[in-house]
Amino acid sequence: MFGELIILSAVLFAVGAVGFLTRRNAFVVLMSLELMLNAANVVFVAASKQWGGPEGLASVLIVIAIAAAEAAVALAALLALFRVVGTEKIDEWRALRG
Amino acid sequence: MEDAMLRLILLFPLAGFLFNAFLGKRAGERVVSWVGPASIFFSFATGVYFMSQLAGLGEHGYIRDVIFTWIASGEVSIPFSIVFDHLSGWMVLVVTGVGFLIHVYSIGYMHGDKGYYRYFAYLNLFVFMMLVLVLGSNLLLMFLGWEGVGLCSYLLIGFWFTEEERARAGMKAFIVNRIGDLGFILGIATLLWGSAVVSHPTVEFSQLQAVVPRLPEWVVLAATLLLFVGATGKSAQIPLYVWLPDAMAGPTPVSALIHAATMVTAGVYMVARMNFAYSAAPLAMDVVAGVGVATAFFAATMGLVATDIKKVLAYSTVSQLGYMFVGVGVGAYAGGMFHLTTHAFFKALLFLGAGSVIHGMSGEQDIRKMGGLKDKMPWTYRVFLIEGLALAGIPPFAGFFSKDEILFKAFASGHKLIWAVGIAAAFMTAFYTFRLIFLVFYNTPRYDESVHPHESPPVMIIPMAILAVLSFIGGFVLGFPHHSLIEAFMEGVFRHGVEIHGASGLEMGLMFLSTIVAVAGWAVAYRMYVVDTTLPEKIAQRFKAAYALLFNRYWVDEIYDTLFVKTYLGISDGIMRYIVDDVIIEGFLNTAARTSLGTGRQLRKLQTGDVQAYGFAMLAGVLLVLAYIVWRWAT
Repeated sequence: MFGELIILSAVLFAVGAVGFLTRRNAFVVLMSLELMLNAANVVFVAASKQWGGPEGLASVLIVIAIAAAEAAVALAALLALFRVVGTEKIDEWRALRG
Repeated sequence: MEDAMLRLILLFPLAGFLFNAFLGKRAGERVVSWVGPASIFFSFATGVYFMSQLAGLGEHGYIRDVIFTWIASGEVSIPFSIVFDHLSGWMVLVVTGVGFLIHVYSIGYMHGDKGYYRYFAYLNLFVFMMLVLVLGSNLLLMFLGWEGVGLCSYLLIGFWFTEEERARAGMKAFIVNRIGDLGFILGIATLLWGSAVVSHPTVEFSQLQAVVPRLPEWVVLAATLLLFVGATGKSAQIPLYVWLPDAMAGPTPVSALIHAATMVTAGVYMVARMNFAYSAAPLAMDVVAGVGVATAFFAATMGLVATDIKKVLAYSTVSQLGYMFVGVGVGAYAGGMFHLTTHAFFKALLFLGAGSVIHGMSGEQDIRKMGGLKDKMPWTYRVFLIEGLALAGIPPFAGFFSKDEILFKAFASGHKLIWAVGIAAAFMTAFYTFRLIFLVFYNTPRYDESVHPHESPPVMIIPMAILAVLSFIGGFVLGFPHHSLIEAFMEGVFRHGVEIHGASGLEMGLMFLSTIVAVAGWAVAYRMYVVDTTLPEKIAQRFKAAYALLFNRYWVDEIYDTLFVKTYLGISDGIMRYIVDDVIIEGFLNTAARTSLGTGRQLRKLQTGDVQAYGFAMLAGVLLVLAYIVWRWAT
């Protein structure tokens, strides 16, 4: 059971990572980021179930809370950026290019 | 003979210097007034004691004191040792004797100066250094003293350093001397090298005496000429005499001690000390005599029109030093030393007299603003007259015998041209001396009514009176022709000098001639400055160009300034601007700036602004770290 959960987590993380690196839509990139976070959550839960400690479950709650806060701020920021720049294509957001 | 007591001669002035320098300010003027002169007096007394010891040792006798090994490096070993022989012993007595009198005089002259203790500390240090120069048993020790007196000269010329002109005069003296000193040090190096080739490296006078005859002639010639370059600096000869007139910015007793009686004669002493080498290089001798007589002549012409009482004496000193070099240059070493001694008496006295006049006139130095001081300063007038007669070469005063000795030896040894120029300079000497006396002491006063000339205190008059007696009797007692005490005394040291026998008819004739020349100088001065005082003005108008030439001192200072000072400053400025500034400083800054700019230009490419590129970098980093951990775990 534990093995399958770890594989699930790895797959989720890989999907998230690939999505983060390749998708052009800023909102999809953000969703990919959430996917990677949840991959980590799956490992926490699996580890907690496997060895029976409470730390994993507690960590998951903290991650969910931080991810919620992060998502709220990030969505607001993305929305504001979208309004200023006029596009949601993340590869066109290069104002900070050196 | 070895005697460890000999070092006392050096230690007394050194102790005086240390006391005055470190405790003098707290001890106050009274204590410093005792310590300063007393330290020189004890040194003089020690010198007299060793002179009496020397008398029992025969003409080649000497007393030596090896204090410690100064430099030991490979084959070279240079001791810090002092030798008291007939030549250096004589100089010790002149330096400490005249030095002591001038120290006493200074008590009155410097009274109330806020640098009083500093003045005596420098003066004591000067005497110490001068004694090192004189007593040193080798050239390097002589050079140590040589530099030491140069330092003291600089410190004392610029004694009132808050006035920029005086501070500058000090620097000028120091820098001009530096040029000469380079020659001196190269001369020492030449002898050290030469002696190393033929036997073992040495700069001891006693050993060089044996080495010099074995050296090739050109080495001796080079060494003696280089050493003479040093002498032209220290003893103010052409072409390096320019610092001495400016050196008059120092307190007047300093001019008397350092810039008339002792330090400036160091060059003459050096040639006398190295007589065995100079006699082995006839060409160098001719150069010494030639430069000497040229200086005697040119300095005298500049003395004719100078208007500052001390400047007249300064040119006179340069001129008289020229005579001394003529003496040693024609091989009359004892004659040169004789003139050195009498000159120390009467020129020190002339300066002290001038100091007394300046003191009484509240600092006025322009002889055009004096006159009629005969009655206001009777004692100063009397000593000034005696010293004037001595300088002008009127018999039987000291200067007559010593100057005549030199001129006679020059004539008799075949240097007829040098003799003729010397006689011409003697005429000018008599003229400018009496011009000075007449302008200062005769006729009606030309100073402001606000100035009230007064006689100087006894502490200044008494040393002057002693020197006046010496200036009077010094000539015939020390150097009466054919019965010359000084020549007999130094016979053992000067084995290579010219020997002139008989020909006393010729000598009498020349003596008569130089007396006439001196009296003629007096007569012309009397005519121009007492009988008809409008005459100088008329002559100056008539010979405008010549007068301007002399009055502006042949523009030598200006020529040196353009040729050397400005050129040197130009070159340094160029180096500063185009090499130091452009290449080094700006180059460093520009390179630093360009490097950071270039690095930044390359590094900025990493910041693409593309979030996904950053994400990729992060992921790649994490994967690399993970791979490393796995690899470590697996192996």
